[in-house]
Amino acid sequence: MSARNAIEVEQVSKRYRLGEHRSGARLGEAAAAALRRVGRRPRPEEIWSLRDVSFTVEEGHALGVIGRNGAGKSTLLKILGRITEPTSGVTRTRGRVAALLEVGTGFHPELTGRENLFLNGAILGMSRRAMTRRLDEIVEFAGVERFLDTPVKRYSSGMYLRLAFSVAAHIEPDILVVDEVLAVGDAEFQAKCVGRMHKAEREGRTVVFVSHNLDAVAELCPEAIWLDRGEITAAGDTDSVIDSYVRAATSPDRDAAPLVHTGEVTLHGVRLLDEGGQPAATIRRDRPFRIEVRYTIHQRVPGLDMSALIFAASGTRLVDEAWSDTEGSRPDRPGTYTVQIAVPPVLNVGDYRVGFWAGTAYETLLWEPGAASFRLEGSARGRPERAVALFLPWQVVDEQPPRPPVEADSGSTSAIGP
Amino acid sequence: MTASAAGWVENRPRSGLLRLDLRELWAYRELAGFMALRDVRVRYKQAVLGIGWAVFQPLAGVVVFTIVFKRLADVQSDGLPYPIFAFVGLLAWNYTSGALTKATQSLVSNAGLVTKVYFPRLLIPLAAVLPGLLDLAVSLPVLLVLYPVYGIRPGWALLTLPLWIAAAVLVALAVGLLLAALNVRYRDVNQAISLLVQLWLFLSPVAYPTSAVPEAWRPVYALNPMVGVIEGFRWCLLDGPAPGPESLVSAGVTAALLGVGLVYFQRTERRFADVI
Repeated sequence: MSARNAIEVEQVSKRYRLGEHRSGARLGEAAAAALRRVGRRPRPEEIWSLRDVSFTVEEGHALGVIGRNGAGKSTLLKILGRITEPTSGVTRTRGRVAALLEVGTGFHPELTGRENLFLNGAILGMSRRAMTRRLDEIVEFAGVERFLDTPVKRYSSGMYLRLAFSVAAHIEPDILVVDEVLAVGDAEFQAKCVGRMHKAEREGRTVVFVSHNLDAVAELCPEAIWLDRGEITAAGDTDSVIDSYVRAATSPDRDAAPLVHTGEVTLHGVRLLDEGGQPAATIRRDRPFRIEVRYTIHQRVPGLDMSALIFAASGTRLVDEAWSDTEGSRPDRPGTYTVQIAVPPVLNVGDYRVGFWAGTAYETLLWEPGAASFRLEGSARGRPERAVALFLPWQVVDEQPPRPPVEADSGSTSAIGP
Repeated sequence: MTASAAGWVENRPRSGLLRLDLRELWAYRELAGFMALRDVRVRYKQAVLGIGWAVFQPLAGVVVFTIVFKRLADVQSDGLPYPIFAFVGLLAWNYTSGALTKATQSLVSNAGLVTKVYFPRLLIPLAAVLPGLLDLAVSLPVLLVLYPVYGIRPGWALLTLPLWIAAAVLVALAVGLLLAALNVRYRDVNQAISLLVQLWLFLSPVAYPTSAVPEAWRPVYALNPMVGVIEGFRWCLLDGPAPGPESLVSAGVTAALLGVGLVYFQRTERRFADVI
């Protein structure tokens, strides 16, 4: 294995002046701004999208880049892809770089599929000759043979996406820089994207992969960096980088918002605890977690019951676990209590809201539908639509050999078959 | 870890007045072709007259000019029949003004490319001045019909036509580069361009000959690079008066504008993606 670097990033910083990256300033505004500068000379507002970022990637390796929105991931890709230049520092890349920040860059709705293929190929650095040579393969991959000479404005969005991606999948750069925008489209399409990146990796290409999908990163990249506010917070082995990312994505104060207060019962707070008992807003999908509720009973309420609810982002009530559902005595005397309920890892990846209800069989004393929120991170195993993921085992209970394909001539029986 | 190692491509803050990488530009030449082709195809898709517009447009201009400038104002035309005089003027003018406008808008209208893919940005305005050449090529043969009608036989100067076309391309590119780069930051340019083109038409010898300008003012008049271009077109296509020293002034101004345009474009291009 050669230890030659394919990418070197040295102390790269990128500054945006606020408003500058918004589209189209007007001359008048510039003049007014200039006048203001003469008058008072206020500092222009600046944002450091990247700050002193350094790392290297060896040839044939895959590096994952994770971080929240606005952490500087896209800026990093744009600098690696030479779409914009750093404010200071330098990046070096060896060989041809293809930065896929979106699929179908430069597609024109009026042009036919074929015309767009050649244009898009040229944009991604594929020569006309190479495109002619691989056209059949690309078209077959996209599955749009019949519509090749139809303007793409008549394509369905799925066809459009497949055609666009097929070009991206057939360019053969030395370094492939991929943004998560590739993760548009359905699960099948995403799986195709990740599969194609796997292939690129196997072929010895260097891959830089940005994604929110921690699982895809873990699957594809042995090493990762975590960007936060433009700086590298963690780098190295992907699993440990993801671990520290997920742990830090927790912000306990977020749950400290004032909650509804009615009569006999006061709710102080609801928070989520990860497996280790640490408050967390982001939890790994494949780990159990606990919902912790702190409340005060001001006067004795006979038959006091309570329930913890989990709502999907869509508003669907997925979980509504009342204390009375299970055996055991429930506290009903005045006092301040901290209670917990353990939730097994059955919910799918996504954003959730926690609700809390307290009352009796006859009346509601407290109802807080948005007591806390949390996110489950990890793999949806290609099926983000399902609400629960139980990973139930399948087993074969009966097996029949195939019947012989004999119908017309019933006189001659096959040698094989029962 | 020096940059001297083979195969490194660097991205660092740029300095220096002008770093024109012609080799890279050449490597991407196909892209310019495809972008020009795209513009041509898109323009004539779903248009009934299609490329016929390239002929129709200057002819309509000739009719209007002949009525307004010849019949009403009796403008002289260097002894040439006015309609064909105006036609050639309009060919040169329509190409240059159209290419210039397209080039000015090119970066903004290709913003999707600029913010998502790397390639030499210079290709965009370069590609924008190409499609107009097709229109020019389609409308030039109209002269074969007009020549016998007006009894004109072009001389050997016809051979210099490519030179004048190249001059028109350079004028469009020189101004287009500067305005395209400015347009990225200041969208006012987009508004100003039509005004500029309108005024420029009247400051150029399209509807009238250069000889109508007082002798003393001609050197100043020739600061308009279109003066040289249009004079050249008329000379080679209509056997009109040979271009005078004004052409040199025009050429000098074009070269200067091209230099300024290139430098400004190169200085700002690496920030296009941030600003556009």
